[in-house]
Amino acid sequence: MKNFNGKVLFLDRSDINTDEIIPAKYLNESTKAALKPYCLEDLLLDGFDPKRDVPGHQAVITRANFGCGSSREHAPWVLGENDINVVVAENFARIFRQNMFNCGMLAIELPADTIAEIFDLFGSGETTLETDLEKHTLTLDNGKIVRNYKFNIDPFDAELVKAGGWVAYADSRY
Amino acid sequence: MGKTITQKIFDAHEVDRPAGSVRVLSLDRVFCHEITTPIAINDLCATNRDRVFDCSKIKAVIDHVSPAKDSKTAEQGKTLRDWARRHDIKDFFDVGANGVCHAIFPEKGFVRPGFTVIMGDSHTCTHGAFGAFAAGIGTTDLEVGILKGVCAFKEPETIKVEVTGALREGVYPKDLILTIIRELTVNGATNQVLEFTGSVIDNMDMEGRMTLCNMAIEAGATCGVCYPDAVTVDYLWPFIQSEFATKEAAVEAYSKWRSDADAEYSKVLTIDGNTVEPVATFNYKPDCVKTVRELAGTKVDQVYIGSCTNGRLSDLRVAAQILKGKKIAPTVRAIVSPATPDIFKQALAEGIIQIFMDAGFCVTNPTCGACLGMSNGVLASGEICASTTNRNFAGRMGKGGMVHLMSPATAAATAVAGTIVNSELFKG
Repeated sequence: MKNFNGKVLFLDRSDINTDEIIPAKYLNESTKAALKPYCLEDLLLDGFDPKRDVPGHQAVITRANFGCGSSREHAPWVLGENDINVVVAENFARIFRQNMFNCGMLAIELPADTIAEIFDLFGSGETTLETDLEKHTLTLDNGKIVRNYKFNIDPFDAELVKAGGWVAYADSRY
Repeated sequence: MGKTITQKIFDAHEVDRPAGSVRVLSLDRVFCHEITTPIAINDLCATNRDRVFDCSKIKAVIDHVSPAKDSKTAEQGKTLRDWARRHDIKDFFDVGANGVCHAIFPEKGFVRPGFTVIMGDSHTCTHGAFGAFAAGIGTTDLEVGILKGVCAFKEPETIKVEVTGALREGVYPKDLILTIIRELTVNGATNQVLEFTGSVIDNMDMEGRMTLCNMAIEAGATCGVCYPDAVTVDYLWPFIQSEFATKEAAVEAYSKWRSDADAEYSKVLTIDGNTVEPVATFNYKPDCVKTVRELAGTKVDQVYIGSCTNGRLSDLRVAAQILKGKKIAPTVRAIVSPATPDIFKQALAEGIIQIFMDAGFCVTNPTCGACLGMSNGVLASGEICASTTNRNFAGRMGKGGMVHLMSPATAAATAVAGTIVNSELFKG
């Protein structure tokens, strides 16, 4: 399984689309590794600088409808290439969400009021996230406050994460 | 309780129920293009599984960047081309024979009512216009689809969108779908199918239905769908006439792909077609929609007519009707990209290309390029484009550029005026 723990990058906006996560001009790349420098390059967010803010983070927490737009799997890939394998949001666009689990990555949904609380408590400082896939809990810790949050994961999605993605899962079954 | 058309298609294609609400479906079509397929091909090769489940069910096209603009896009085309040849994929459309995937695949009769279709392209929902379940997916789903002919979906719920009455003169399917997206918002239909019904849909041609279904994804929907009927059969007739004695028999056979009267919907949205008026987007999300009246006077730098949403013959005809005998504004550059070679040829035969050129348009070969800012009409920072495409995300057509989505009629009128304006065809 991939790593689902680490420092959190907070993206305080809804409807972040896949063109913002990885602009189409980089879709001419034929390897995942080549995408790495362009993560979140076109994100519209005040004060955000992808070159400064992406490195050193292993998780993203954001608002609603993350990953809307294009079907490009380059979006989860570019996150993964930057060691970000878990995104926590109110909800996700369907294709992006499926792409995350298909790659053995985690797209975790929490209620809007929980996400709001997380932004209130942790959004302004350095925060680490730990994921317990057995207990279905997230632990957030900023050195002063520690909070645990329970999340739901569909049994099929959990199987994909354990198998390392849909290709390995499908290979074993179909 | 009755079933929706989508539930019926799921029932007919289910091969496994691995867990929860997930159903693994067999696939009738796996469509491929040169942007999202090569990485799947490379992975299949790297893992010694360079096989395809059924070469007759896989269709492939080079469309996003055509002809190749640089070494990297040339490499992507080559990967797809070599793979299609290696696996005897006969329906591969290379440069010269190629068109925008969601225009050329329907034109070739590849989609039938009741089919399941996937493609590594979010606008695959277009093909629901034929009464099919067609969904955009990522490269991993595509890879498994190519290899095994299956794909997993959580069974979606359905939102019924009933459009009553009739559209007024000068109001087009693009105006209708933008109006629907404004109502639903950009994630109002996530994990749902949008089922389009009502008198407006019944009286709409296949090209209009494709425009509607094409933008279902912009409300987050998995697929848009229309019931197959006599209009569908007329469109498909050259491809299905050996299967049916009469068109009526085909309509009867396809009538099983309709929702039951007592089917369950998560929501019903009713729109009076007579109240819809020409609209366009503002800002950077497709649910930011205002009437053209409200946006009138907005200056634009470029006009683009084309794409899987609005690059079909009926779109070019409407635009040409407005452009005939006129010139585009001196402050504007305008580009038209007929979506397939057949559309291009027909537009030439009808004198439509002449009209575009006389008006001052640049006419390009069929390609997706400009819509996603990859080629053939990329914007500079600060520029504004009036476009018949489907996404107005920040930087979509070029970093720092802005896009107003609209119908071909409004785009043509805007090209002439230099600012967003209602077409003279609108009798509001």
